[in-house]
Amino acid sequence: MHLLICGGTGCTASQSLEIVDKFKAELKANNLEDEVQVVKTGCFGFCEKGPIVKVIPDNTFYTEVTPADTAEIVKEHIIKGRKVNRLLYLDPKEKEHVSDSKHMNFYKKQIRIALRNCGFINPENIEEYIARDGYAALGDVLANNNPTATIDIIKKSGLRGRGGGGFPTGMKWEIASKNHADQKYIICNADEGDPGAFMDRSILEGDPHSIIEAMAIGGFCIGATKGLVYIRAEYPLAIHRLQVAIDQAREYGLLGKDILGSGFDFDIDLRYGAGAFVCGEETALIHSMEGQRGEPTFKPPFPAQEGYMKKPSNVNNVETLANIPVIINKGWEWFASIGTEKSKGTKVFALAGQVNNVGLIEVPMGITLREVIFEIGGGIKDGRKFKAVQTGGPSGGCLTEKHLDTPIDYDNLIAAGSMMGSGGMVVMDETSCMVSITKFYLDFTVEESCGKCTPCRVGNKRLHELLDKITQGNGTMEDLEMLRELSHVIKDTALCGLGQTSPNPVLSTIDNFWDEYVAHVVDKKCPAGQCKKLMQYVIDPELCIGCGKCAKDCPVSTIKRTDYIAPGHKLASMEIDQSKCIKCGACQAGCKFNAISVK
Amino acid sequence: MNKIKNLSDLRKIKDDLQNKIKLRENSNSPESVVQIKVGMATSGIASGAKEVMSFLIDELDRRKIDAVVTQVGDMGYCYAEPTIEVKKPGQDPLVFGYVNTEKAKEIIEKYIINGELVEGILPANYQSID
Repeated sequence: MHLLICGGTGCTASQSLEIVDKFKAELKANNLEDEVQVVKTGCFGFCEKGPIVKVIPDNTFYTEVTPADTAEIVKEHIIKGRKVNRLLYLDPKEKEHVSDSKHMNFYKKQIRIALRNCGFINPENIEEYIARDGYAALGDVLANNNPTATIDIIKKSGLRGRGGGGFPTGMKWEIASKNHADQKYIICNADEGDPGAFMDRSILEGDPHSIIEAMAIGGFCIGATKGLVYIRAEYPLAIHRLQVAIDQAREYGLLGKDILGSGFDFDIDLRYGAGAFVCGEETALIHSMEGQRGEPTFKPPFPAQEGYMKKPSNVNNVETLANIPVIINKGWEWFASIGTEKSKGTKVFALAGQVNNVGLIEVPMGITLREVIFEIGGGIKDGRKFKAVQTGGPSGGCLTEKHLDTPIDYDNLIAAGSMMGSGGMVVMDETSCMVSITKFYLDFTVEESCGKCTPCRVGNKRLHELLDKITQGNGTMEDLEMLRELSHVIKDTALCGLGQTSPNPVLSTIDNFWDEYVAHVVDKKCPAGQCKKLMQYVIDPELCIGCGKCAKDCPVSTIKRTDYIAPGHKLASMEIDQSKCIKCGACQAGCKFNAISVK
Repeated sequence: MNKIKNLSDLRKIKDDLQNKIKLRENSNSPESVVQIKVGMATSGIASGAKEVMSFLIDELDRRKIDAVVTQVGDMGYCYAEPTIEVKKPGQDPLVFGYVNTEKAKEIIEKYIINGELVEGILPANYQSID
């Protein structure tokens, strides 16, 4: 038997490492340590219900396990063969416990390619990676000794950059391979910055060797002997696991001089970023690695011509790289058979927001938003209504009900006014105010703008001010026109991808939720009840019994007694002075008679 | 650890290591390997199901047969414990009763390897839903 315990950042934060230790101790106490293997793995993706413990071979999937539960699992499941029901996943729709992962809707529609080893192997053990065909692709590529043929395989597979832009990876390699220089570099972009996206971190934490192997393959193809990983210093666990993996690969002769007797030398170093969003843009990333300010520069020259240290460099995203070894092992035909016409393979999404099953999922391109949200995601929390889904992070847009059946791929998302981005997917329900959400994303881009070009530095600030004005109830119809016009100007004139895409949330919400903007501007109302300045707490005099509790709870003493006594009541009802109310909600929270509502 | 010197070295190491995670690989696609369920409720355990299960795991491993051996709850044949259910890929499951280690060996040799039926098959009294 194997016990797989999630050692990703999320589960580790909920004591999964203690669970590992506890299991080892319990098994030892029962003389089972030889029969049951305890393995700390990478992320299972089902972060909503972590920590996860999976029992092999029966695939029992225990959720929200605490260190205190370990004794029961050992005693009941491992010794007696009885599953611990209360720890099994509870299906939100059927209200029934699901016995194993094969029957969970969360996993049914997923195809795990980039995440193939996450939650399956111990990431700090190179032997488990090798046992899963690890480094076989590198071995083949080196033995065949034909970089052009390998590039051709990647080109034919149709793999496109998973970091957001969707540029064909094979073509990128081809361009870099054709530029000659005494030194070239292959760079892994692990500067994952979209709020809520964490697939790159999970891959590095759960399967670091796949990145090392892919970088070595890429290095061989473009003629680079040096690999660099640009990774955020905020990802300590990913950095640790990657470093362990690099050390192990060197020890096994899979990095270093004369790899597998082929005469090819390759080694990898890490470079830490300080966590600036703009450094995910490849030119800014390269400047940051060189020790310069993390600011983008105009392309061309492209990094493939003049990159790190003015040498030809090829920058690939983590998830892109994770696909490479599988494509080589299983062939481009297999990979190209998954997905849609122009977007092949799978995409990892970080599913977040108001869905039941928050987590990391990998689905084939061409799946619909409906399948992702209502089947894998288990639908909207608390039975509320779906309103919108935001894809592509601060550079993307909001999609609505009418897009639910659109197959997801690079081109369809762009046509719908959003983008793939790195794969953030935030689901919103009817209680979300689209103007406030847009303001939130602009908050982020204003903060993260490097300030080099005026459209982004000043333009985004102005967009943010206009949105703020609208949420305060001071907006005009002219402001809405201004938002639209300014957005187009920024898109057309900003220097890099950050600025060119930052107005996307504004444009897509104006297009899809025009009525909601108008409600804020004309009616001075926030339909979702989120904009504090636009809402009123009102006491219903017929329901109010006049107990006066609200007046005591009110921190700014705005609630006074009226002289109206409702029929059947003994005391006069209370009333809120709207001019002084700070909309803290304390009165509503304290009222036992549901007499206070938001209007 | 010595360095891996060439591709055939790597392949050899892979073959050696594969057993380590085979159980996990098989559980990923249980329908493609032999699946054995051992009834391990109180009555099964009292009749020696634990020894049978350990024997099955070791014996299948020794003979290099890809299989997933799981313990399950009571299968309802308390009169014939220990009971095991054997499902070969693409075939209907069969339930064997009164399985001791000797019987288990016979089941492996005759049924699993050669496909011959052996004594002790119990009439199915249930259907599994997947």
